Amino acid sequence: MSAGNILVWIVWLAAAAGCIGSALAVVALRNALFSALALIGNLISLAVFYLLLSAEFVAAAQVLIYAGAVMVMFLFVIAYVGWDKDIAWTGGPRWQTLGGVVAAAALLSELVVVIVLGATNDLEHADHVSANFGSPASIGRLFMSNHLLAFEVISIVLVVAAIGGVILGAQRRRERSGGIR
Amino acid sequence: MLGPAIAWYLVVGSAIFAIGAAGVMLRRNPLIMLLSLELMLNGANLVLIAFARWHGSLDGQVFALAVMAVAAAEVVVGLGLVVAMARRKIEIDIDLLSRLRK
Repeated sequence: MSAGNILVWIVWLAAAAGCIGSALAVVALRNALFSALALIGNLISLAVFYLLLSAEFVAAAQVLIYAGAVMVMFLFVIAYVGWDKDIAWTGGPRWQTLGGVVAAAALLSELVVVIVLGATNDLEHADHVSANFGSPASIGRLFMSNHLLAFEVISIVLVVAAIGGVILGAQRRRERSGGIR
Repeated sequence: MLGPAIAWYLVVGSAIFAIGAAGVMLRRNPLIMLLSLELMLNGANLVLIAFARWHGSLDGQVFALAVMAVAAAEVVVGLGLVVAMARRKIEIDIDLLSRLRK
C-alpha cells in the first residue's frame, strides 16, 4: 500500500464517519435548527466524497448551492417558524414507530446485500479517467449536447416551483379580502 | 483508483438513504421530514456519482446536478407549505396538514 493510498483511505474514513454521524444527528436531534446544521455537515462530507470520485464541479456546486443557498433558506424558515417550539419527537401509536424503524432497516439490508452481490463481480476496478473528467467544461458540454432536453425541463421545474412558492407565501392578502380558504 | 473500491461508496450512500427514510417515516416535524428527504436525495446522488466514476462516464454527474435542482424546487414548495402553516397559526405538526385527505 503506497503512502498516497493510505492518505486517501484516511480522508475517506473521516468523510464516511462525518456523513453517517451527521445523518444520524439530522434524524435524532429534537431541535430543527440543530438538525439543519447537522445536514450542512453531511453535505460538506459528501462533497469530500465527490472530490475523491473526481467530480470536482459537482462538489463545488454542492458546497455553494446546497450547503450555501438552500440551507440558508432552511435556516431562515426555521427562524421564522420558531426553533424553540416543543414538538413531539415522533407521533402516532407505538407500532408505527417500530414499523418505521423495521422498514428502514429492511431497506438498508436489502441495498447492502445487493451491493455485496455485485461487488463479487467487478465493482473493484474503476475505469481510468482523463484529467478533465468532471471539469465544468466537460459537464457543460454534455448538458448542452446529449442532455439538452433535461436541461430545459429543469428550468421549467424551477420556474413552476418559484411560482408555487410565491403563491403559497402570498395567501394572506387573499384571505384578508374575504377570499378563499 | 486510490482508496476504497466503488462498493464502499455505494454502502455509505445506501446507509444515508436508509437513515433519511427512517427520518421521513418517524419524525412528525415537517421541517425535519424535509431535511430527511434531502438526506435521501443526497444518498442517491452519492451512488450516481460513484457509478459515474466506475463507468468513466460523465452522464451520472449530469444526472446528479439535475437531482440537486429538483431538490431545490422541492425545498421551495415544502418550506412554502410550512410558512403557510405558521401564518395560519396551525401548530407545526405534519398530522395537522391533512386537509387534502378530507
